[in-house]
Amino acid sequence: MQAKDIAELLNEPACEHNKKEKSGCARPKPGATAGGCSFDGAQIALLPIADVAHIVHGPIACAGSSWDNRGTRSSGPTLYRIGMTTDLTEQDVIMGRGEKRLFHAIKQAVDSYSPNAVFVYNTCVPALTGDDIGAVSKAAAEKCGVPVVPVDCAGFYGTKNLGNRIAGEAMFKYVVGTAEPLPVPPESQRPGITVHDVNLIGEYNIAGEFWNVLPLFDELGLRILCTLSGDARFREVQTMHRAEANMVVCAKALLNVARKLQTDYKTPYFEGSFYGVTDTSMAFREFAKLLNDPSLTERTEALIAREEAKINAALDPWREKLRGKRVLLYTGGVKSWSIVSALQDLGLEVVATGTNKSTEEDKARIREIMGDKTRMITDGSPKALLGAVKEYEADILIAGGRNMYTALKARIPFLDINQEREFGYEGYSGMTELARQLALTMQSPVWGAVRKPAPWAKTGVPGVELGA
Amino acid sequence: MAEILKRNKALAVNPLKASQPVGASLAFLGINKAIPMMHGSQGCTAFGKVFFVRHFREPIPLQTTAMDQVSTVMSADENVIEGLRAVCEKSKPALIGLPTTGLSETQGTDIKRLVKEFYAAHPEFAHIPVVPVNTPDFTGCLESGYALAVKATLETMLPLPNPDGTTSHSTKPASGQVAGYLPQAGEGANAKSNVGRRKKQVNVLAGSFLTPGDIEHIKELVETFGLRPLVLPDIGDSLDGHLTEMESSPLTLGGTPVTDIASMGESIATLVLGNSLFDAADFLKEQTGVPDHRFDCLMGLDAVDAFVKALADISGKPVPEKIERQRAQLQDAMVDAHFMLGFMRVAIAADPDLLYGYARLVTEMGGEVVAAVAPARANILQSVAAAQVAIGDLEDLEIAAAKNGAQLVISNSHAVETARRLGVPLLRAGFPQYDLLGGYQRLWVGYRGTRQALFDLANLLVEHGHHETAPYVSIYQRDSKNATPAAGQTH
Repeated sequence: MQAKDIAELLNEPACEHNKKEKSGCARPKPGATAGGCSFDGAQIALLPIADVAHIVHGPIACAGSSWDNRGTRSSGPTLYRIGMTTDLTEQDVIMGRGEKRLFHAIKQAVDSYSPNAVFVYNTCVPALTGDDIGAVSKAAAEKCGVPVVPVDCAGFYGTKNLGNRIAGEAMFKYVVGTAEPLPVPPESQRPGITVHDVNLIGEYNIAGEFWNVLPLFDELGLRILCTLSGDARFREVQTMHRAEANMVVCAKALLNVARKLQTDYKTPYFEGSFYGVTDTSMAFREFAKLLNDPSLTERTEALIAREEAKINAALDPWREKLRGKRVLLYTGGVKSWSIVSALQDLGLEVVATGTNKSTEEDKARIREIMGDKTRMITDGSPKALLGAVKEYEADILIAGGRNMYTALKARIPFLDINQEREFGYEGYSGMTELARQLALTMQSPVWGAVRKPAPWAKTGVPGVELGA
Repeated sequence: MAEILKRNKALAVNPLKASQPVGASLAFLGINKAIPMMHGSQGCTAFGKVFFVRHFREPIPLQTTAMDQVSTVMSADENVIEGLRAVCEKSKPALIGLPTTGLSETQGTDIKRLVKEFYAAHPEFAHIPVVPVNTPDFTGCLESGYALAVKATLETMLPLPNPDGTTSHSTKPASGQVAGYLPQAGEGANAKSNVGRRKKQVNVLAGSFLTPGDIEHIKELVETFGLRPLVLPDIGDSLDGHLTEMESSPLTLGGTPVTDIASMGESIATLVLGNSLFDAADFLKEQTGVPDHRFDCLMGLDAVDAFVKALADISGKPVPEKIERQRAQLQDAMVDAHFMLGFMRVAIAADPDLLYGYARLVTEMGGEVVAAVAPARANILQSVAAAQVAIGDLEDLEIAAAKNGAQLVISNSHAVETARRLGVPLLRAGFPQYDLLGGYQRLWVGYRGTRQALFDLANLLVEHGHHETAPYVSIYQRDSKNATPAAGQTH
């Protein structure tokens, strides 16, 4: 990939990070960097497309350490769970046989697994030796009769965030607009309901959580042409250009897709979330607003009233257990406020939140939701997080999986909120699961046990005092 | 002697291999107050970190030189020097491991020179050993990367003696000006005359096939004979999963103390565990003159007998009654389990030393290894107790296992789906074990570990009812059963 292409992707006009001094994609600092690379980001963004053969072109480290690693779910094909890589050898690198191996690899994938498309992810070594994955993809597509999409996302191009955008760019450049949606099946037409086509961008169906929400879309007559990319099929991505409205779900990184759909196809979009009762209702209202259908608006309000009443009744017993518990939240960007709203719905008190990746707008929103006393944490090192837990007398740390063992080592209850988790929290019904998991960790007797000193011990007890 | 089948396809499907830099990092994680820093793009480290965090369920210290577009094209030398400086300054480690990656090797980095330049630019950090090691991921696998890192550690910590008898580091520049790490402990510690100066100290070079639980047990065995084990690397002390007083640390908590490594030349003997470490062992023996005893594996009655015998010989003490009892318990278990394990057909996919060990265990119980796959070549492979050993992936294992009617799979967590498709149980072993709590800690070696392995193998087969008739698919249903998942899914 050319330096100017990377620069263009870094300059995302619709991203608020871009408006202030702080760049959304700061340079990594040698010896003091955490987080993934562009390849990581691109792979995460596209891997959930279930009927595609995802081939990682490079030596083993890129695929070897990362395949079979995401929590996304498919309702049908499982091809995306098959790990594929060209596993380049020393001889391939020295003799320049990478392209040839890639070509044969694509053919082998098509012959063995009959995918509906092949995605080729470029990585550092072939990017450096100059393999032309675009040309190989083109030649292989002609030879095999299957679409082959090059995703040029070598790790050294930059951050995981950039990789997300590269993935979005590849979809927009090679896939979106290459097929038309199928007609709505006559048997699913209902009188008085006009079917509207929409897309969800940046929804990954972690642990199948979007299936909590999907039946409600059906009920309202909203047909999802494509979720980019949870439980998606290649054919669905091809038809994204025909949607009447788009929602960007909890991820700034794929904003470029929404923006380009707006520029090129005049599709309006909004940013929202399905975490929490309030935000889920908000998302449906936004769709009704953008689609401007009075009947839809009416039915949406009725649905929201019904669902909110139902979930509030279901949550009442959990609220008893959770009320007043103090939460320290450390997670990125949009999630910093969307989860806050979900936690407040449950009666928990968020005492501080991480704003490392948040924009000014996100921060303003946090202040709006949590009030002026909100503490914002910018240092996410284990030491700083544990210090904050103590200082704010938090009962639980909610963060990404990488911080899980930081919390557990310090004997602090923990809830995983990132992609690798095994439980789905989206939508109205996801809230009961969230409540259950929160109660499960906070009320566990193990915390008392691990904090108790051994009968013969002379020193004090390690760990953090639990809040009341 | 097993026939080695070369890799014969372009696409690796469901890879078995974990990379060399990951393996090298694992070795460095077994050294106390150390941190590995991969020389590559930040993704190399991020993936490696997640790999270990999920396997060990521990926070893992791992850093990166964070090569980006500019440094990849222009030069990443400054990244290494800057990265080393940042880590030294911030974390004050006792040792830094510096494995290279496919990216930096393809770029052509001269990692040893960079370490020298680092010391020249930052003499204030001359007391911190930096161990550079060339571990591109386009060759070898986890096991070989680990072995290279062990050897590199020895090379750095036990430098060549000069002709005049003094000790200096091999990276010492011609000018005589010190620009490399100098071991602090024991002047002339590795002069061959020092062998046995520490009468009870025994070096243990621990291979990557050993879990923290295995290493704990090996140390106990050595101690039972009144000897003091000096284990390198000691992930049994750093990655054994224990809550500590210290709530967080940027470095390894536990592992081989760096100062101990310099005293390896004063030990009475060296125990080398794993064929993959024989190269490192050659260096250690050459350098120090300490006599060594080498073992390909420590599973199964014969292998453990040889190990225990060696300990008795080194210490000059009789085998303690406790160990005699464990041996008798294993023998009893072998008798009990032979009903299930005799004639069992097993498919194994693992790094070479592990593959060798399990194949030997299975065959010692009257079973047969009908499919054997290793991710990369190694000397030990020709000794694996199987007709053929394929260099390949889990797809190769699956195909061979299906063809040869395997009843059980031994491999890492990635083989869960493989075993499910084959309709047979899986015994999880090796790296990674994502979906099994305590897999990292499990004891496999010694009489006790072997006994438990036998019980588990037997229980899996009993639970899975391997005596029942194999499934049969009607000829009228074959199309529907074999439809590819992708077919008819576009909508």
